Formats: sequence, structure tokens, C-alpha cells
Amino acid sequence: MVWFYLERIFGYWPVLLKGMGMTIGLSLLSLVIGVAIGFGFGIIRAGRNRWAARALGLYIDFFRATPFLVQVFIVFFILPQVGIELSAFAAGVVALSNMAACFIGEIVAAGLKAVPPGQSEAALASGMTRAQQMRLVVMPQAVRIITPSLVGQFVLLIKDSSVVSAIGLLDLTRSGWLIVQSVPNGLLVFGIVGVGYFIICYPLIHLSRRLERRGQAAFL
Amino acid sequence: MLGGLNTRVMLEYLPEIWQGFLATLFLSAASFVGAMVLGVLACALAIQPLRWLRAPAVVYVDAIRATPLLAQLYFLYFGLPRLGVVLPEMLIGIIALSLNSGAYMAEIIRSGILSIPRGQVEAGMSTGLSYLQRMRLIVLPQALRVTVSPLIGQAIVLIKDSSLLSLISVVELTRAGQRIAIDRFMPVEGLVATALGYLVLYYVLKSAAGAWQARNSLPGRG
Repeated sequence: MVWFYLERIFGYWPVLLKGMGMTIGLSLLSLVIGVAIGFGFGIIRAGRNRWAARALGLYIDFFRATPFLVQVFIVFFILPQVGIELSAFAAGVVALSNMAACFIGEIVAAGLKAVPPGQSEAALASGMTRAQQMRLVVMPQAVRIITPSLVGQFVLLIKDSSVVSAIGLLDLTRSGWLIVQSVPNGLLVFGIVGVGYFIICYPLIHLSRRLERRGQAAFL
Repeated sequence: MLGGLNTRVMLEYLPEIWQGFLATLFLSAASFVGAMVLGVLACALAIQPLRWLRAPAVVYVDAIRATPLLAQLYFLYFGLPRLGVVLPEMLIGIIALSLNSGAYMAEIIRSGILSIPRGQVEAGMSTGLSYLQRMRLIVLPQALRVTVSPLIGQAIVLIKDSSLLSLISVVELTRAGQRIAIDRFMPVEGLVATALGYLVLYYVLKSAAGAWQARNSLPGRG
């Protein structure tokens, strides 16, 4: 009985493969954009312009407070009303990278604040400009501190990408949803979908734990 | 854009939004309790010395953490009827949310317990306290203090995650907002109302976590 269903599910392997490819592609693209914007957010949040930091804090809070599903709907249904039409894929990338940027921004800001002020004072005393202090002294140390949480954030991003299936994008979760309509065995279908995510996420979770342990050894 | 917000329609749907808000609160509270039970159990299994008892806890935590909640939700929603278990959607949702959050809570509680310096446990041993006494008198009182803030953080995640239950047609805050979108073709009004509901919950819990932190932080350890 189980073999019968397994055979039928594997008849759909092109759909599963396509979904897996979409999940990886969507996550990677959003990751790159999210990290780039997130570091910008973090520098502003930890920076000296307090009003800019506060205004950005409100923006970030909004996206940390609302469910990702609601954010996907906002991008997909509200942006068209102000004249920005997006495909499901583009909407997914915008929503995912925006949320990632908000969470990464707070992580980066915390990392920058964790670097002792003596470091940038020493850099200042040796004649570096503000940009040089950030690039050569503060940021490299902050990046070391935040790397484990960043990797953890990547895992969250990959998992959150499943929510984009709600606007019809054919990712791994959506492919399972389609297959279960004709192969009525949810345990098997979503078991396989789960294995797909596990293959992507588990190595990253492991990496994050290892980095965390190594980081503790370096800083204690 | 917000200037054109149709507040009359929003007020008209206020009772339904309020119902949705209460449903979200109820779902999250019920799942939080379930997740706490699972989390404490999984953590207790994970930190005790017997290897074959540790294994199931580790598999549970890793399997949950490496897969998305939506896939877990569909696994139960499409899978349970196969096993002859027919449950209302709301109950399936609570089970899925509890299972999901329980894994994260196990990790939170475990790292709280592991944060207690080894020397304190040894000091307890040398004064002749038993394992349970050491746990009750030395480890847990300190560990619980450092776990409260992350647990509140997990409650925030749980509330946001409960929005996914709208995808298996449980009526909660997100679903209630969609009613405005579907009945009146006003997605903006529906989403604004929904977002406001979640913002209220977020700020209440965030300030609770801050207040707790301010009153109870241990000297030297945040």
C-alpha cells in the first residue's frame, strides 16, 4: 500500500524537483538582497543619527510585529493599488528580502554595539576616517560576533519562504500541496516535502551551532 | 494611500475583526501551554544522562527546526485523516503550533539550564544536596530567570505563526481581515485592521519582556 503511493508520488518528481529549485532560488536571491540591505539598516540603527535610527526602528518593528503571511499579502495586494504590479515570484522576493533585512538589521546593530568603544577610539587616534574605522576595525569584529545568529536567520528565511506558496508560487510546499490533491496520502507527501527542507536546513543549523561553540571559545 | 482608507467599512467589520483577534489570542494561548509542556518534557529528556532516552528528544527538536511550520501543518491536515483521525481544523492548528513551538522552547530552556556555571552545581554537590535538590534550589531558580525573556519572544513568534492557520480555513485575525478583502474588494482595509491587531499584541509582549528584564536581570549576566 505504501509502495503504491510512493510510486505515484515519485511519478510527480519533476514537480517536486521544480519546487525544490524554486525554494532554493527564492531563498538565495532574497538572502543576498536581505543581507545587503540588512547591513545598511544595522549601520543606521547603531549610528549617531538618532532620528534616522528611531524612524528606521519603527519600520523594522512593523515587520517584526506582523506575521510574514500578512506581509506577503501586503506586497501582493496593496502594492498594485499604488501602481506597482508584481509577479508572484517578485512579490515573494520583495517580501522575503524585506523581512530578512529587518531581522538582520537588528542583529547587525547589536553586533556593532557589542564591539568595545575603545576599538573605534584607537582607530580614530591612529588617524582613520569614520568609513575606515567601520570597514577596517569595527565591522570585521562585529561580523565575527554575529555570524552564528546570521546563519540561524538564513534557516528562518528558507523556512519562511514556504509561506510564499500562499500566493500560488510553486515552491517545495506548494508542490506537496498540488501532489496531495491527486495522491491522497498527506503523511507520505508532506513527509517527503519535509525531507527536502531538512536536507537544505539541517546542515545550516549544524553550522550555526558549531560557529556558536567556536565563538564562545574565542570570546571567553 | 492611507488617506483613502475606508474607515466606515473597517468599523462595520469591527465585530468580526475583534472575534478574529480573540480567536488568535485563544489559539496562541492554548498552543503556548501545549508547547510549554512539550518543551519541558523534551528538555528534560535531552539533558538526562541515558543516551537512548535522549535520542527521541534530539530527533524531535531537529526535525521540527529544520522544516517549515506550513509543511508541518499540511502534514497533519492532510495526513491525520489517512490515519482515521478526523479533528476540527482548529484543533489540528493548535496541535501543529504546540509541536512546532515546543521544539524551540526545549532549546530555550536547555540553554537556560546550561548557562548555570558548573561550579555552582559542584558547590551544591559538596554541600550534600541531591540531584533534585540541586535542580530545585540552585539551577532552576536562576535558569528560569534567564528563560523568561526568550520565552516571551517565542510567544510573539507563536502569535505570528498562528496566522498560517488561516490557510487551513481556521477563522482568526488574518482570516477575519481577508473577509473585508473578499466581501468588499478592499484588501488594504482588511490588511491594515489585521496588522493593527498583531502590532498591539507585539508591543504588549515586547514591553512585558523589557519590564521583566529590567526587574529581574542577574548581576553581570543580563
